[in-house]
Amino acid sequence: MNKNSKPILEVRDLRQFFPIQEGFLRRTIGYVKAVNGISLTINEGETLGLVGESGCGKSTLGCTILRLYEPTGGEVILHDGDEQLSVFELSHHEMRQVRANMQMIFQDPFASLNERMTVLDNVIEPLVCNDIGTNQEREAKAENLLMQVGLQKEHLRRYPHSFSGGQRQRIGIARALSIEPKFIVADEPVFALDVSVQAQILNLMQELQAEFGLSYLFISHDMAVIRYVSDRIAVMYVGELVEYAERDELLHHPAHPYTEALHSAVPRLTQRGRRNRIILEGTPPDPSDLPPGCVFQTRCRYAEAKCKEEVPELREISDGHFVACHLAEELNLVGIQS
Amino acid sequence: MNQTPIHAFFSRIASGYIRWRETRAKRLQESLYYASQRKLVWHAFNRHKLARISLVFLAILYFVSVFADFFAPFGPLKRFKDFNDAPPTSIHLIKADGRLSRPHIYETKRELNTDTFKYRYSEDRSKPHSIRFIVRTEPYKLLGFIPMQHKLFGLENRQVPLLLFGSDRLGRDVFSRILFAGRISLFIGFGGVLVAFILGSILGGISGYYGGVVDEAIQRVIEVLISVPDIPIWIALSAALPRDWGTINIYFAITLILSVRGWTGLARVVRGRIISLREEEFALAAKAAGASDRRIIFKHLLPAFSSYLIVHMTLAIPGMILGETALSFLGLGIRPPAVSWGTLLQEAQDVNVLANFPWMLIPALFVVGAILMFNFVGDGLRDAADPYSSSR
Repeated sequence: MNKNSKPILEVRDLRQFFPIQEGFLRRTIGYVKAVNGISLTINEGETLGLVGESGCGKSTLGCTILRLYEPTGGEVILHDGDEQLSVFELSHHEMRQVRANMQMIFQDPFASLNERMTVLDNVIEPLVCNDIGTNQEREAKAENLLMQVGLQKEHLRRYPHSFSGGQRQRIGIARALSIEPKFIVADEPVFALDVSVQAQILNLMQELQAEFGLSYLFISHDMAVIRYVSDRIAVMYVGELVEYAERDELLHHPAHPYTEALHSAVPRLTQRGRRNRIILEGTPPDPSDLPPGCVFQTRCRYAEAKCKEEVPELREISDGHFVACHLAEELNLVGIQS
Repeated sequence: MNQTPIHAFFSRIASGYIRWRETRAKRLQESLYYASQRKLVWHAFNRHKLARISLVFLAILYFVSVFADFFAPFGPLKRFKDFNDAPPTSIHLIKADGRLSRPHIYETKRELNTDTFKYRYSEDRSKPHSIRFIVRTEPYKLLGFIPMQHKLFGLENRQVPLLLFGSDRLGRDVFSRILFAGRISLFIGFGGVLVAFILGSILGGISGYYGGVVDEAIQRVIEVLISVPDIPIWIALSAALPRDWGTINIYFAITLILSVRGWTGLARVVRGRIISLREEEFALAAKAAGASDRRIIFKHLLPAFSSYLIVHMTLAIPGMILGETALSFLGLGIRPPAVSWGTLLQEAQDVNVLANFPWMLIPALFVVGAILMFNFVGDGLRDAADPYSSSR
């Protein structure tokens, strides 16, 4: 990890529980613990890849950081220059400063644009909502952005229904960039796209990152995509972080059995890696009814008695490499052979 | 293949035609890129023939009602002495001498049949009156402020009755009265639906977007309201209206009474759609962009299903028209001397009318026709409402 880099966003012990209500009086009978105590830091100009299987709370984490859901607990600190903003304590009005620094790119380009508004109106919506610029300035900005994301300015007057998935995702990116944020949550931005288009969008995002000095929290369930874009990788499992390290460190020296299993699931062109493919048995635990001890204990092939009783803390096992596993030092896990 | 000159000629025409169709299709496709939701719906609606025809007829009906002063040959309260319960005047095209001529009528006379004690009307062939278009009449004010002196059609002699649909018990022209009645009956639907729309979308929007206690409260109120049958609640409310209120007051009161229940259905539609849409990514995107709750509801969520709202409203108007007709028929709605289709039908209540003066029931045809057309238009809109789902 580059020690000199300044953090832009710190997440501390973030929790997002959704109540389960039942009966006529809406009594709360339990909680779905979608995000259960997550802490991480994102530095200026870097991409943090967040990987995990479907339903593990990745998207919820992204939305909660932007305060699209009201969080249950924890803290998100946004660094704006030398100023530190605690996102969850701000009033509606003060959130503007946060919006100007944090935006989101959504998963499904067919659902994330307002079909009733032209491309122009979609792209400048953040500017309109935050009273930035005059109409002419906004339009000029939208024109520039559209060219930067690889569309033409003639497209401004069209409606979203006339664009393909990849083009729509470019519009979504232009919208996120219109307010000139420093930090962007990209929630599976290539999930709904063809593989060839995926590469285009990923490259575009990297170009824009270099140009505007953006930081990304890049959420995906696809290890191959995460590997391609990330500087550091965080692995999430049922609402918790299980491992968190520099990309190469995590790829070659995984310390958590779940990370190892994820690596082995990446498709390969040769048959060589097939031999030691790890198949996880069963399904992830219900986030409203977590097992005692380690969250991964029910599916872990290395699990011992200790794992079923004690919750492993996220601890640093080497420089910048965090893992939540009792056996991290004892296991010799297989990473990606390069 | 050896081609004769004729072959070549036709194949050139054919290929030219194909090219023309291709460029036309391409231009259409391009215009589609710039088409808003509204245009796409309109495009799809236009392909629904029955709905389109109905819309045209409805437009004519509304237009004629609004300008009833001009289109109706007589005022709604104009009485013809000695023409009580007169049948429709027959219009002739062939003169007594057997030649074709412009449409004309003959003066009618009433005489009492001393056997049956019924009046009989007989034509006096010696006194023809031709029907003229844009005929000069006594001065009146169109819409209450434009001074006019002409009507669309009528007789030169204003004292001779031209009764297209006969006359009522007091000798008033049923045709003219139907047109004037349309003003109240057709627009009470709009007024009622408008009030219902405002109440329904605001309360439904709040209920769906915020959920929780507010939602529960609004939903319980709706459930109570819809569990009371229509007619009793209308009767109770309209019976409470003071007898000495003027026509205008009564009109607005009836509109409100009709929308008391009308908004509940709409509020449920709005609530359901908002609940399903508020978790959609475009709503989250608006929130991330910093849009206020009000902006998210009214700028992002409501427009996303405005087509459903319009369909729902179109299909709700007939209910309102029927409601007004029912109330007035029972003598609880619009009160004479104001005319609505309901009050006209109220006059046709007894068996005697059915047996002897069936033309008094013609207003019912207008009620049925208007309602059918609204339903056709609503159907067409419903099919057109989602241009993304249908094959383009």
